[in-house]
Amino acid sequence: MPVASFHIISGNIIDSMMGIRGLQVVSTHMMYFLGGAVLTLEITVLSILIGMALGLVAALSKISGLKPLVWLATVYIDFFRGTPLFVQILLIYFGVLPMILPDSSNFTAAVIACSLNSGAYVAEIVRAGIQAVDRGQMEAARSLGMSNRQAMWHVILPQAYKIVIPPLINEFIAVLKDTSLVAVIAAEELTLRGKLLYSTTFEAAWIWGTVAMIYFIMTKTLSVLGDWVERRLANE
Amino acid sequence: MKRTVSLVLAAILILGMAFAVTACSKKEQTPTPQQTDTTKKVLKVGSETTYPPFESSSANGQYDGFDMDLIRAIGAAEGYEVQIQSLGFDALIPAVNAGKIDCAISAMTINDERKQSVDFSDPYFNAGLIIAVAENDTTIKSLDDLKGKRLAAEVGTTGKAASDAVKAKDPKTTVKTFDSVGEAFMELEKGGVDAVINDRPVTDYYVKNAEKGKVKMVGEEFSIDAQYGIPVKKGNTAIIKVINDGLAKIKANGEYQKIYDKWFGAAK
Repeated sequence: MPVASFHIISGNIIDSMMGIRGLQVVSTHMMYFLGGAVLTLEITVLSILIGMALGLVAALSKISGLKPLVWLATVYIDFFRGTPLFVQILLIYFGVLPMILPDSSNFTAAVIACSLNSGAYVAEIVRAGIQAVDRGQMEAARSLGMSNRQAMWHVILPQAYKIVIPPLINEFIAVLKDTSLVAVIAAEELTLRGKLLYSTTFEAAWIWGTVAMIYFIMTKTLSVLGDWVERRLANE
Repeated sequence: MKRTVSLVLAAILILGMAFAVTACSKKEQTPTPQQTDTTKKVLKVGSETTYPPFESSSANGQYDGFDMDLIRAIGAAEGYEVQIQSLGFDALIPAVNAGKIDCAISAMTINDERKQSVDFSDPYFNAGLIIAVAENDTTIKSLDDLKGKRLAAEVGTTGKAASDAVKAKDPKTTVKTFDSVGEAFMELEKGGVDAVINDRPVTDYYVKNAEKGKVKMVGEEFSIDAQYGIPVKKGNTAIIKVINDGLAKIKANGEYQKIYDKWFGAAK
């Protein structure tokens, strides 16, 4: 087939494609979507980092055997796993933060809510990971003269670390998807941007299809990264 | 012991299945328009029911408000049973187009943008926009004062469009968009924004009730386009005719005025 006619055909296809209103709406707003995706990523990364710190502290508290610490960690974990994130976001933004940090932004509230929520799940993952390490390891370390804390830090946690990587990656993906709920407090992340565009153009299939695709690319990247980390750890 | 546990589990499962079956058969019994043609026709109506005094849900789960009374009166005048369901404001037009509901009544302003997607009934209400600010605010007195300020509005409303228009004039302006106007007022009350732009009758209601003493209205009523209509699927002339006939009837027999007085009599 001559090159020229191929160009005419493909040109026609592109022309007729561009005649679809939904595609036009989506393609002219691609930077708008990506801007929302950046905010989604910012909230996700911050929440994951803070959530991991919180989760580690809560998990260690829970297995510490110290009554007040166990009690505190249990209340925290139970509350944030036992209530919907959606409700937590509204409670924190409209209820709790105005009392303690009156000038806080919706971004702050979004990160605090997602971190606290994720921390509770991470705590249970870490606790399960630590308890999955053979009991004999702790006994052996203790019999070598290590203190309880030394044994935990140098023997148990490095082994638990490998066990918790896959469920942690899972949790990170969940955090990324759950950030869509912060749309309710007007944090203009990917989902709210989709909603805003959709409320004026009504191109449901194109807009939500694009939003879903961008989320998918982000979560897929995370899981590929997770697989890579897992493989590297297995070879160690 | 084990046997008791499994017996209890089995009992729960069987009960659950029995429930599921009755629930399903109940669903099948709910009248669809085709089945009830001989008795009473059904008009399926969608509404975003957190917009008092136009629509709200009362403690007993009933939908109340000017729009609700109006559509029920229109239905009654035309021999329809009105079934109202609560949807997000931005989901109303897609639901109409997907045929999930016959029409929507939700203080929706008729504008060209929406007319591209749906057909509207005759207008049934005139409403302009108004600015609401915190009670102690002295800097905002008119639309011009909003430039560079933090604004809040409900997604998909003309108030949101007006807020965006302010932002277009001065990019330093920020616009926060919420799912319902109630959250926008909460944001105003807690100092997260400087002003809310919204339909006058609704803002009026909030200022006199929920936000009494915390929020006030400033400036003149203004609008981009200010008439409410009832959207139906494009080309659905049958339903448009029913609605317009019903509306004309209740306007002629004084019922429209009665409903108007019930919800706005005290305010005006």
